[in-house]
Amino acid sequence: MEFFERFAIPHPSFLIYVAMASMIIGAIVIVAGITYLKKWGYLWREWITTVDHKKIGIMYLIVALLMLFRGGIDAVMLRYQLAMPENTFLDSQHYNEVFTTHGIVMILFMAMPFIIFFFNFLVPLQIGARDVAFPRLNSLSFWLFFMGMGLFNISFVIGGSPDAGWTSYFPLAGNEFSTSVGTNYYMISLQIAGLGTLMTGINFMTTIFRMRAPGMTLMRMPMFTWSALIANVIIVFAFPVLTVALAMGTLDRLAGTQFFTTDNGGMDMLWANLFWVWGHPEVYILILPAFGLFSEIIPVFARRNLYGYTSMVWSMIIISVFSFGVWTHHFFTMGQGALTNSVFSITTMAIAVPTGVKIFNWLFTLYKGKIEMTTPMLYSMLFIPLFTLGGVTGVMLAMSAADYQYHNSMFLVAHFHNVIIPGVVYAMLAGLTFYWPKLFGFMLNEKIGKATAWIMSIGFVLSFIPMYITGLDGQPRRGYTYSEASGYGTLNMVAFIGAMIMSVSFLMLVYNIYYSFRNSPRDIGDDPWDARSLEWATNTPIPEYNFAVLPQIKSREAFWDHKYGGKDKDLFAGQKIERIHMPNKSGVPFIMNVFFFVLGFCLVFSMYIPAIIAFVGVLACMAHRSFEDDHGFYFEVEEIEEIEREKRGAIK
Amino acid sequence: MAHVDTSKPLEYQTEEGRLKILGFWIFLGAEIMLFATLFTCYFVMEGRTGNGPTGAEIFEIGPVLIETFVLLTSSFTIGLAIHAMRLGAKKATINFMIVTLLLGAVFLGVEIYEFYHYAHIGAGITVSGFTSTLLTTLGTHGLHVTFGLFWGTAIILQIAKRGLNNVTANKAFIFSLYWHFLDVVWIFIFSFIYLKGML
Repeated sequence: MEFFERFAIPHPSFLIYVAMASMIIGAIVIVAGITYLKKWGYLWREWITTVDHKKIGIMYLIVALLMLFRGGIDAVMLRYQLAMPENTFLDSQHYNEVFTTHGIVMILFMAMPFIIFFFNFLVPLQIGARDVAFPRLNSLSFWLFFMGMGLFNISFVIGGSPDAGWTSYFPLAGNEFSTSVGTNYYMISLQIAGLGTLMTGINFMTTIFRMRAPGMTLMRMPMFTWSALIANVIIVFAFPVLTVALAMGTLDRLAGTQFFTTDNGGMDMLWANLFWVWGHPEVYILILPAFGLFSEIIPVFARRNLYGYTSMVWSMIIISVFSFGVWTHHFFTMGQGALTNSVFSITTMAIAVPTGVKIFNWLFTLYKGKIEMTTPMLYSMLFIPLFTLGGVTGVMLAMSAADYQYHNSMFLVAHFHNVIIPGVVYAMLAGLTFYWPKLFGFMLNEKIGKATAWIMSIGFVLSFIPMYITGLDGQPRRGYTYSEASGYGTLNMVAFIGAMIMSVSFLMLVYNIYYSFRNSPRDIGDDPWDARSLEWATNTPIPEYNFAVLPQIKSREAFWDHKYGGKDKDLFAGQKIERIHMPNKSGVPFIMNVFFFVLGFCLVFSMYIPAIIAFVGVLACMAHRSFEDDHGFYFEVEEIEEIEREKRGAIK
Repeated sequence: MAHVDTSKPLEYQTEEGRLKILGFWIFLGAEIMLFATLFTCYFVMEGRTGNGPTGAEIFEIGPVLIETFVLLTSSFTIGLAIHAMRLGAKKATINFMIVTLLLGAVFLGVEIYEFYHYAHIGAGITVSGFTSTLLTTLGTHGLHVTFGLFWGTAIILQIAKRGLNNVTANKAFIFSLYWHFLDVVWIFIFSFIYLKGML
């Protein structure tokens, strides 16, 4: 029995038992459902073993949406706990665990897969390619990410959740103060998911550099592809820092090394620095693709070319460079000198300049445009003012002297939610609504969609504006309760009501998917929004090889020009269909990552012998890949012609 | 493979091969960040020895010179292997790769001895901030070499079985990039950890 005691939850409560029961019931329902419908073979053949960038993208999307609700439930629990003074819904330990998992789930397991979904789905289509550079590696990336996500999510039913905040600062996260295995889960699951992200970065950099359609120079790429390129460059250069930090943290916790300890020469601030050298570029990895999506959506519904293409590109490049030079602003109050703080203050404020350039470019795109207020456009229009508000409070926080007042207060919490929700979340939802017809062949209902956007924004304002006020008034972040005398009660109740309104909007999103699935017409064609870039030139549903013949690009708005008789009117003309080489499916990436999951799980509980066995399994899968003689397969000309005829002939 | 450009060396002839080489260069960019982070941590932690020994007290020039000598030589021999590959000499390619891996194994043996020695004289990985960072930096390089030994062996077996073709030549070439990279990292370790610590 002693062996199994380690898997027990250190601080069990009724809520956790409910969660445990619902997880088990959920798993049984899913397994029984798949078995009943006899879909295991389909799942394995069409999804688990797939190397098709569109399907891998959709799997990222499913995980992102699931995690959106998992993190959302955390958020509602936090707001409910704080809604009334001296509430006893959560105790301090549970509150710590919930805000920790809320942060990690939302950033790393919701926002990241959501943008990687867009990379996967859009980048090859936008550049006129047939897949990514390394399709097999892409599948590996997804399963690494998926297993990291899975490992993190079982923490709260087996062994206990991490509780040291999503930043996991040492010495709090060390063995002395975090005695449960929660922080081990943090270190190891992020390591596994992070490896997947790094592979994604390498894959997409190579894809964008080398696989663009003939004639598509770098400066003719659609803006989303540009943002993806830059985000992936940041991934490749920032994630290795996280790898090192997590490895050191793991060693500190499992092997007793002295990296972040407080004696024997250990240095707790080393963790803070490493974490934010990765962590700050990470927020730009999230926001740049979001900017890219807005840059795709706004020109379509303003019926104008994107204003200031070149300055958009350069502002993103400048942001990516600066993003590596601002990390200290996350801990102005943690002991650097005045000179260091001043330097980082200035670099931080400087980032506002290229960001401002982008805001003005969107505004000028709208100027004199024939604006059509669809749901994606509505999200974009709500994004501009709300995000700018968050940007301005960011500049307030960037002033290191003033930061002593704001640091670790609810003001900060309000600020970063104010940039992440209107910035990233709105972009994801706008993009999802915009690309939904290309993904699934029907439109989401516009009326419900617009109502969702408005209700979400009302909920957002009600949730987070009160936090600015209580923060300035001195309410600390991560405090699990406050006294009645502090006077924070009313505003926190308002924030809770806002959180509930936001929850309603997310449920409306789900309802919209269901409603549209039942009621939307299916004969919407390939280009229902009358859009501008190459992804809309494909058939819906998109054939596995994307383009039967490669487009010949002559301008930035190739598809628009093609439709309206510009330079690109013969985008696909005069080309013969040739046989197309495609990669084979493979189950090895999945199997390898089952081993990775076991490896991670065993390391969390310091069970080294099974960990070594699982690691050998990982190596065996790598060796299998090395010796495998896999030449892919061909779509023959007749096959392609058949598929294209069925889809009403895209060969125009 | 569809389009084979025979005007280029074997490893560059297919588009797939060219993509893999570029992808690997980008991966090496990430590896540079990894080691740069480790070196930065080392410089931060160098003087934080706590109750443990300092670098000057534990570094020994003998094993370090052997390690340096064999690893630099192995970088030369992997260069010869690629040269032989370009000439189409399968046997010479394999032999030079075997020499490379043997030198790598000698390097690894000496490094294991070195780690054992450090643990023996009271400079184990748990002693101080300095020893933790030192041994993690060296260990990360050592793990890369270890992985390289397995990887290189797999490639030798494939060349022996399938001969030099677009695929195997591409693998050998990428492996040579990896091996040279490990050598470059070692030069930094030698200069900025050992020499700096002993001076």
